[in-house]
Amino acid sequence: MQLRVDQVDKSFGTGRNRKLVLDQISFSVNTGEFVALVGSSGSGKSTIMRLVAGLDRPTAGVISIDGSPVRGPGSDRGMVFQKYSLYPWLTAAQNVAFGMELQRLNRREIRERTSYFLEVVGLADAARRLPRELSGGMQQRVAIARALAAQPRVLLLDEPFGALDLQIRESMQEFMHDLWQRTGLTALLITHDLEEALLLAGEVHILAPNPGRIVRTVAVDLDRSDLRHLRVSREFLDLREELARCLRGLDPQLSPTP
Amino acid sequence: MARLRQLVQHPWVLGLTGVLLVLLIWTLATSLKLVDPLFLPSPSSVLAAGRSQAVQGLLWADLVASVGRVLAGFALSAVVALPLGIAMGTSTVINRLLEPLMGLIRYMPAPAFIPLLIIYFGLGELPKILLIFIGTLFFNTLMIMDAVKFVPRELVETALTLGGRTSQVLLRVITPCIAPQVIDAYRINMAAAWNLVIVAELVAATEGLGRRISLAQRFLRTDEIFLGLIVIGLIGLVIDLGFRLVMRRACAWAN
Repeated sequence: MQLRVDQVDKSFGTGRNRKLVLDQISFSVNTGEFVALVGSSGSGKSTIMRLVAGLDRPTAGVISIDGSPVRGPGSDRGMVFQKYSLYPWLTAAQNVAFGMELQRLNRREIRERTSYFLEVVGLADAARRLPRELSGGMQQRVAIARALAAQPRVLLLDEPFGALDLQIRESMQEFMHDLWQRTGLTALLITHDLEEALLLAGEVHILAPNPGRIVRTVAVDLDRSDLRHLRVSREFLDLREELARCLRGLDPQLSPTP
Repeated sequence: MARLRQLVQHPWVLGLTGVLLVLLIWTLATSLKLVDPLFLPSPSSVLAAGRSQAVQGLLWADLVASVGRVLAGFALSAVVALPLGIAMGTSTVINRLLEPLMGLIRYMPAPAFIPLLIIYFGLGELPKILLIFIGTLFFNTLMIMDAVKFVPRELVETALTLGGRTSQVLLRVITPCIAPQVIDAYRINMAAAWNLVIVAELVAATEGLGRRISLAQRFLRTDEIFLGLIVIGLIGLVIDLGFRLVMRRACAWAN
């Protein structure tokens, strides 16, 4: 499987109000890869995600999966939103089963896969609970299980841990890394958090704002056997600092006035 | 003392106290003959009027007539308003087409349609049912439309990225999501349906609670007027509680 984003432009509005949000975005994600896009607000990163998901159309350029262009949303690209995406009237298990029911899988398969994926995200005990009875971190794990259960070829993570407290966010990052290693999923992550991107992704694209464009691509080759250790290792901190400086330099509001 | 405070905090206790207080003042005012009994009949005479109507079978017949009209008219309105409201909430084209029209008709008082309805359909059941239909349809529809507009975008888009089609999004995301607001809209607009049935019966009917009240006026039977008002209030209350019960049962997730 290869997801290709090829010279994509996106602008909103018409005439004088026309505003270019994305400028010549190109990157690709292959099976088993974990790719991250990092940028501040205004870098159009969520717009990229919506284009890849097929929820919006690019103004120019092509997004394709194995050569066939994306024309709309589909179950081959599962999406995890930042928040509010669990169906509040369904239990955790029913939420996980939801996508499979939309695809009309047979009942037995739905039941088996639901309990399997709840197990995978460590929430087998919470199967019968409603979303409001779950913590923010648990809700996001259900959302991830729901996306995975629908058998997407690539998982789109749109700031999935952005609304969580720092400690829960860190444990969710470890969970996500573990899940990626165990299941061999393919993922595209969007985040403003450099640390998160460097911990999880093998390839990180840095986005500059106004208009959003990729200014730097880094292959991250770090020893991820212990994420907690990695977070404070010299190598990791140096890379993070270097990229953080790069990100700061891109935002005119943050760079010191001459 | 603590137990008393606990008792007072129960949601029903104060409400019941309020009702009993009014009953008490009413009883006192009539038994002390503070007001002419023609203007304010005593609770016992209202009760007696109720008993006599019940024995004659009038009360029951009136009840069935009025409740039947309300339910028929309102059910029709509810059934039409649901798909219409969802259509207006999801489709920009339908919304732009219908919203100004509805905004206009909504401000025409439904009772003003009575003369037309009588000319078109005579004095039978149909004009009364249609009056309730007209008088509640637009409110029901617009409230449902608003509920649809407040469905979080993420819920719809999640279904799309899970492979959902438009029909599935309508039936399995939007409909359950707006259910609590729809039930609440029905509950609120039901009150309007009750107003309208009484108005319709005051104008032209052979039976019904409104008809009974207007007959009572002709014979200066204030006890029967009071009886009619109290019965109408009680039925309204029962229906309201019924909607709340349905809400609590069917939409526990929203509480």
